[in-house]
Amino acid sequence: MQLIAEDLVIDRGSRRIIDGLSFAVKGGEALVLTGANGIGKTTLLRTLAGFIRPFRGVIRLDGGDDELTLGEQSHVVGHTNAVKSSLSVAENAGFWNTYLNVGLDSGQDPALRIAASLRHFGLEDLSDFPAAYLSAGQKRRLGLARLLVARRPVWLLDEPTASLDTASSERLVAAVNDHTSSGGLAVIATHLPLGLERARTLDLAAQRMAA
Amino acid sequence: MKSFWALLSRDVILAVREGGAIGTALGFFLVVVSLMPLGLGPDLNLLSRIAAGVLWIALLLAALLSLNRIFEADHEDGTLDVLATGPLPLELVTVAKSLAHWITTGIPLAIMAPVLGILLNLDLAAYPILVATTLAGTPAVSFLGAIGAALTMKTRRGGLLLALIVLPLYVPTLIFGISAVSAGAGPAGVGASFLILAAISLVAIVLGPLAAAAALRVQLQ
Repeated sequence: MQLIAEDLVIDRGSRRIIDGLSFAVKGGEALVLTGANGIGKTTLLRTLAGFIRPFRGVIRLDGGDDELTLGEQSHVVGHTNAVKSSLSVAENAGFWNTYLNVGLDSGQDPALRIAASLRHFGLEDLSDFPAAYLSAGQKRRLGLARLLVARRPVWLLDEPTASLDTASSERLVAAVNDHTSSGGLAVIATHLPLGLERARTLDLAAQRMAA
Repeated sequence: MKSFWALLSRDVILAVREGGAIGTALGFFLVVVSLMPLGLGPDLNLLSRIAAGVLWIALLLAALLSLNRIFEADHEDGTLDVLATGPLPLELVTVAKSLAHWITTGIPLAIMAPVLGILLNLDLAAYPILVATTLAGTPAVSFLGAIGAALTMKTRRGGLLLALIVLPLYVPTLIFGISAVSAGAGPAGVGASFLILAAISLVAIVLGPLAAAAALRVQLQ
């Protein structure tokens, strides 16, 4: 499996954000996007997810499911957590499990999968709690638990460590490492050195200078 | 299909638990209708003549109050991004969310309409027709409203804009809803108006989600 972007040009309004960017991420690999604020990390991730149509260029996933778009094979975690305050932690995770899991893998018992995802992010004791009572970091962890609640080959993460403490960041890094070692791929925008295995860095500022 | 039911039941649960939107709509409906006799005086003949029109207009305005929450909350907390990358096409996401809006707003308003009919001295024979027409007409309110809700999703305090976009679309529903109730003169008139009202709702159920999904795609950029 390989995610390929060729000669990508992305405009936002009248501004050209990304100009002639090409890269490839193979299965089992994580690509870390770096660069100053406003350089276009979020724009690039939202383009990969299919929300923004590029002005020019091709994005494709070789070896994926041809019936599905790249977005439908991706987990997209943005600045927001997609957590509903009036649902409990387990209900939030359960909804995403039912909603996202159709047809992708049916082998595992959903309840076990949800419990395992919450345990990975240290939320197992809070599962009956309404999400409204969670702290910012706990909400973030619940948002990230979505990555494990349903299996998808591509992870697009936009500053996933925002408001996480060191221990929780390590749990996230472990989740990403598990994901890549089982053949998945990830594109992660971040400002912090995460210490991921099998990761490459793409510096958008350097790329812009070159272009 | 499992995703569709999951989304529908989640939206209904959220609306019931958060409660505020349903309560506001019902309360607004009650207040507007009960102000009418106070403003117009105790002329029972006049009231029963205009009852159908007052009930329908108040119902549309009450439903309008809760429309913006169809997409706005999900957009604010990022849920919409995830729904858009899910297994359902955005059209079906819109159907599920509009249907949830109808269940949590349209049906309670339709049930409340005959109770408020008492305040307006509505003809007793018109009660079953009133319930039937409001039930058949309110899907159009939710599904056409979804278009406006999708267009104004990112606008801060877009409520007034939403009303300007959506209220003109409600004109056919309003006309045939009122004529079905007040055509009490002959069963033929009631039947025709009711059938057209139902047809408008069916058209709205098909076309509303297509337009709303197109608006959402633009808004998500």
